[in-house]
Amino acid sequence: MTALQERPATPVSKEEQPYVDTAPRRRTGLWLGVIAAVWVLGWLLLRGHNTLALAFQDTTGFHTWLNGIRDSVQLAASRGNWFFNGVIGTVTDALNSAITALQHLLSLPAPPRPVPQVGWLGVVALLAWVGLAVAGWKSSVMVALTLLAFGFFGYWQDGIDTLIITSVAVLICVVIGLPVGIAMARRRSVSAATTPVLDVLQTMPSFAYLTPLALIFGIGPAAAVVVTVIYSVPPLVRITEHGIRSVPTGAVEAAESLGVTRGQLLRRVQLPMARSTIVVGVNQCTMAAVSMATIAVLINGPGLGKPVQAALQSLDVGTAAVAGLALVLTAIMLDRTTTAASERSGRQAHPGRLSTRNRRWVILGALVPVAAAIYLSRLYLGLATFPTSVNVGPRLSSGISSFTDSFVNVVDTATNAFKNLVSYAFLNPLQSLLAETPWWLMAAVLIALAYVLGGWRPAASTVVCEAVILATGLWHDTMITLTMTIVATVLVMVVAVALGVWMGRRRRVDSVIRPVLDAFQTIPPFVYLVPALALFASSRFTAIIAAMAYATPIATKLVADGIRGVSPTTVEAAESAGVTTRQMISKVQIPMSREALVLATNQGLLYVLSMVVIGGLVGAGSLGYIVVSGFSQSQLFGKGLAAGIAITALGVMIDRIMRYSAARYGRG
Amino acid sequence: MKGRTLKALGARTRRLGLATVAATAALVLAACGGGNIHNSNTSAAGGKSCGNLNIAVNPWVGYVVNAHLVGQVAQTKLGCTVSYQDVKEEVGWQGMANGTIDTVLENWGHPELVKKYITQQHVVQDVGLTGSDGIIGWYVPPWMAKKYPDITNWKSLNKYASLFKTSESGGKGQLLDGDPSYVTNDEALVKNLHLNYKVVVGGSEAALIQSFRTAEKNHKALLAYFYQPQWFFSEMKLVKVDLPPYTPGCDANAAKVACDYPPYKLNKVISKKFADSGSPAVKLIKGFKISNSDQNLVATDIAQKKMDPDVAAKKWIDANPDKVKAWLQ
Repeated sequence: MTALQERPATPVSKEEQPYVDTAPRRRTGLWLGVIAAVWVLGWLLLRGHNTLALAFQDTTGFHTWLNGIRDSVQLAASRGNWFFNGVIGTVTDALNSAITALQHLLSLPAPPRPVPQVGWLGVVALLAWVGLAVAGWKSSVMVALTLLAFGFFGYWQDGIDTLIITSVAVLICVVIGLPVGIAMARRRSVSAATTPVLDVLQTMPSFAYLTPLALIFGIGPAAAVVVTVIYSVPPLVRITEHGIRSVPTGAVEAAESLGVTRGQLLRRVQLPMARSTIVVGVNQCTMAAVSMATIAVLINGPGLGKPVQAALQSLDVGTAAVAGLALVLTAIMLDRTTTAASERSGRQAHPGRLSTRNRRWVILGALVPVAAAIYLSRLYLGLATFPTSVNVGPRLSSGISSFTDSFVNVVDTATNAFKNLVSYAFLNPLQSLLAETPWWLMAAVLIALAYVLGGWRPAASTVVCEAVILATGLWHDTMITLTMTIVATVLVMVVAVALGVWMGRRRRVDSVIRPVLDAFQTIPPFVYLVPALALFASSRFTAIIAAMAYATPIATKLVADGIRGVSPTTVEAAESAGVTTRQMISKVQIPMSREALVLATNQGLLYVLSMVVIGGLVGAGSLGYIVVSGFSQSQLFGKGLAAGIAITALGVMIDRIMRYSAARYGRG
Repeated sequence: MKGRTLKALGARTRRLGLATVAATAALVLAACGGGNIHNSNTSAAGGKSCGNLNIAVNPWVGYVVNAHLVGQVAQTKLGCTVSYQDVKEEVGWQGMANGTIDTVLENWGHPELVKKYITQQHVVQDVGLTGSDGIIGWYVPPWMAKKYPDITNWKSLNKYASLFKTSESGGKGQLLDGDPSYVTNDEALVKNLHLNYKVVVGGSEAALIQSFRTAEKNHKALLAYFYQPQWFFSEMKLVKVDLPPYTPGCDANAAKVACDYPPYKLNKVISKKFADSGSPAVKLIKGFKISNSDQNLVATDIAQKKMDPDVAAKKWIDANPDKVKAWLQ
């Protein structure tokens, strides 16, 4: 609400800053034309030569070298190496037994009892109390409802397992991430050394490190927690660093002038003042952990990912939808609870109505019914295992299945025709242009584009990334993946601009669409694969649809915010000049929110790229499929890892080109 | 204005709270009839305690049948605590190597894994055949075999290539493959037999079955990788395309393969650690045998009638007490 009033403070209209445009004329258009002409000409003459295509089962020396490393690691582990059996073995055992203990406490039968130590009623009461203690009573209600939903859907154990994996992972993230973030905020050198690592961790597809980690930590809960931590710790570290950095210098200087030590400064000033930002970091970390815990079922992690994965295998839309709904509820519940916790910790700096002491009494008092619930749930079987008589999951899922079946039967000819249209008119020609041009020409074209659009810096990054891709031996597949990424991003932007302009111009539309976008952002991507498969069969287009579902919300929100940020004075001036709605959009609002559009495109592209591997599961082929196969075929292990590296290099390259050209042209 | 919204919000949340309390109360009332909890007697019918049995479950329905048949017997007759681990084939072997998985109950060849884990590292043991025969090959839906009778010979595949064209196959005919973990030589076969086809990846068993159903319903052309034992054959009689016949050793060089897939003698493997544990389940797994038709029977119950795997397994076990008895001797 307040965004609208704050926005106009930043001057965006050209009239207010007439002196800006001093950069030399670049003739970008001319150069782009020249590059395109050379490219198309080269493609026409040399199509299919030097494409570096590698058949699916073929491997290069680099891939077999990686296989060799894997084999020696395994051999060392099987012979009782001090590192793998001593250090890693201890960590694995500790994690596994901690998680098993939690499962016996909350979700799995704890022998000799036929049921967990605490039955469902006790778990609901206990976790609702945790919600009350950290975030307030609204969150507490939300926690209770989500847990009851697990039971009603018939996923009680899987749901609780997801919560266990997520919370153990988040706990480890906090223990590791906070000190690292603090160290980064206090020393530039630490920050400079850590940032590239975080960059790689965030661009590297998680599938690429699933197998190597399963190799080291064994399959099961321990490995699931480790991959979840690796995936979700970067945002926490980054936000912690940012939070401590943004403590006002005035406060820090005042404290320093009082002669506090560095430790006191941290504990008494920086940490308390950065507290609510750090809790936002925990929130981001938790959301990432939930979505990764879903993928970790592939290495036999417990949780709600199991039914989703099984449904994907048997194309059971209903089961996927019900288990997915449970996941969405979990995500929303965790999001709201951590957000409320962050708001509360912000408020605690300025005491509110209910004094802290009173609150403490309320929370302590609430423990009495919790204890009673736990006691009862240990006594009665019906309060220990969730009654199956109220299980509506199967009925719900078979209803959804039969509805989708009939729906798909009606529309599948139409959706297939649409798929064919996009594939033949758009995807195939572009793929031919990118992947069937000789590699040296294609590499030169990309470097030239990077130079013309962004200058020598992105051009240098492009050279390095291309060298990495060539070294992985997967140039041809990378170009196919690049094609799909471009097509998906274009489609994302078409939808995002259409929706975003509509939302930006009308507040009522915004208030209807925004919650839908929020919901889509919390759905773990696995969930919408099944309906996408049912509609479009397995194909590259299905992968593109899945990527769109993932990337469109963020891009749309950015566009909407950009349109709304256009100075109202400019809009009024244009209105008084009597422009039509169409002119207003195309001549005023879109050009003036160019910066937001560039940002939206960049984010959309990165989100699309992060779906490449998921796309490999539904027929995308190329890099994504190689990563997935490397996960499941012994002799393709090295090739899968190499494909993961290629995706990372591709992501860094595109990001650098976009970022520098945005810096050059974004401000218009 | 702000106050009013907050109040409305408060009222809504309070209603939610009431709903929660009501739902919980109702559940408590419904549940109290359940009776008290007694510790379960660990030494069930079997006598000697069995402990944990971790069975790998690979991604096809036939495998699920084997896993749950053994699991049910181990649980009810031997008193084991059975857990099923959903993993792909390679990961299952890896799990046996590091001790998180005890057994793989339907292994399709995998000479490279056999060499690594059985011959070199001695962490896995072969415990005999499952009794079912595996066939891998290329199949077409029944309507195609009727309309183009000569299509079952690989030599005529090129003649019909244009029928199999799709948006994914780049102007060639499409050969649809399954899960990325399945045993396949298809790319090499297409190349070495000079077929004008492109291998396109489907992703799963279910995707293949769905494609066959659509192809038969709409009379669309489809050529796909498929395998037996497989319950789907009871729903649709797919027709196998004959490739140049298999001779021992013709598939020795994976890149040069130009012959059909070998007939697979499916077998069972267990981890060394489990073999040495003295668990009574070791004997059960060694004795376990199942024919193609029996496996298909249970698989049809699971896949087509959507029966729970445990329920379907129990149904077969109850109907075939003598076969089950033979496993345990």
